[in-house]
Amino acid sequence: MSYETKADLGGLPGFGKVVPEAEGELFHAAWEPRALALVLAMGATGSWNIDASRSVRETLPDYRELSYYQIWLRALEQLMQQRGQLFADEIASGEMRHAAAPVARVLRAADVQPALAKGSPTERPAPAAARFAVGQEVRMHAGKVDHHTRLPAYVQGRRGTIVRVHGAHVFADTNAQGLGEQPQWLYTVEFDEAELWGGDVPRQNLAVSVDAWESYLEAAA
Amino acid sequence: MSSDHPHDDSGHGDEHAHDHGHEHSELGEMDLRVRALESVLAQKGYIDPAALDVLIDTYQTRVGPRNGARVVARAWVDPAFRQWLLADATAAIASLGYTGRQGEHMVAVENTDDTHHMVVCTLCSCYPWPVLGLPPTWYKSAPYRSRAVKDPRGVLADFGTVLPEATRIRVWDSTAEVRYLVIPQRPAGTEGLSEEQLADLVSRDSMIGTRLAGAPVEQEHTA
Repeated sequence: MSYETKADLGGLPGFGKVVPEAEGELFHAAWEPRALALVLAMGATGSWNIDASRSVRETLPDYRELSYYQIWLRALEQLMQQRGQLFADEIASGEMRHAAAPVARVLRAADVQPALAKGSPTERPAPAAARFAVGQEVRMHAGKVDHHTRLPAYVQGRRGTIVRVHGAHVFADTNAQGLGEQPQWLYTVEFDEAELWGGDVPRQNLAVSVDAWESYLEAAA
Repeated sequence: MSSDHPHDDSGHGDEHAHDHGHEHSELGEMDLRVRALESVLAQKGYIDPAALDVLIDTYQTRVGPRNGARVVARAWVDPAFRQWLLADATAAIASLGYTGRQGEHMVAVENTDDTHHMVVCTLCSCYPWPVLGLPPTWYKSAPYRSRAVKDPRGVLADFGTVLPEATRIRVWDSTAEVRYLVIPQRPAGTEGLSEEQLADLVSRDSMIGTRLAGAPVEQEHTA
């Protein structure tokens, strides 16, 4: 079965205007903060990594019809069901009907602040020297990949310039698939609007960048 | 009740996030589903319900855009801090006590007369939580994620922000684990203000790059 993300939205037409909102409006229903907290607390059990969770979210068939907290909640249920931690009859009934599958850690109230303050840094020792340097011209890989990736369609095949080198970071593509961290050099690559959009839209005096792992890039001819 | 966002009327539990000034007797489908899930996860020993309360309280009262505003105000008044922030944002921001989840690797980008920065995550909702808190709904929405990289001036217009054509717009798509903070330009005529007063001028949206510092923002509706 081929992998299809519903979340790669950069440059797509037809979604309408952006609706601003006040700074204090964090939640729009009582269940949303509980859902957020459940996602964070289950994430802290170490049962999956952030790339695996993004992969499940972006492949939900109704991704574009769901609100963001609905996406998070649906993906949480799916991640847990995949691991035998949760079953459909339990979601429906709100009662434990199957034995618990042990988790590596349980986030206790007293540990929340230290855990959040620590986070999960993704920088790792570099496996080799960086292939590219600031100022170098590169071309982004093109073509469908059959797994989670962080290379958006709108930059695929496009020519850009390295503007920052971030060190080696956990590679999202392999980490999402359970193939390990396989750290790679991470770069910021900048593109001129003409390279990305041609004559699609009136010129805006615009440059756009993405952060890209080394294997997304090749030296521009 | 707020009228400037899509409102989901399903939610009115005890822990309701803000008061809409009216009551409903029934819980919506989503409330029931989340309550059921929380109950099962607690029974299975995967979660500590008290930890959920701490998590929610953290992002409702402790970690929000005021943190980022303090970073920006410090950069405006302290040239050495500004230099540090531009050179090593993770360390400079950590020196003010803001670290961790979804801000492990920070980069600060500074608006000038020539260049205006905007931040987006076209692939999901990547956002610098330690300095800005939880992302607003619009940041996670399809309109913002699709248009920010192609028609940022149109997006800015949705916020009432108009920039000169000569100003270069620089959009940062957060496609990995680097998180971006925009340092907006300090408004003119603020020379006499204290650091705390300056922080009051720094809106969340100005640190994402959809508004200018000191510009009016949507007010929260009170019941």
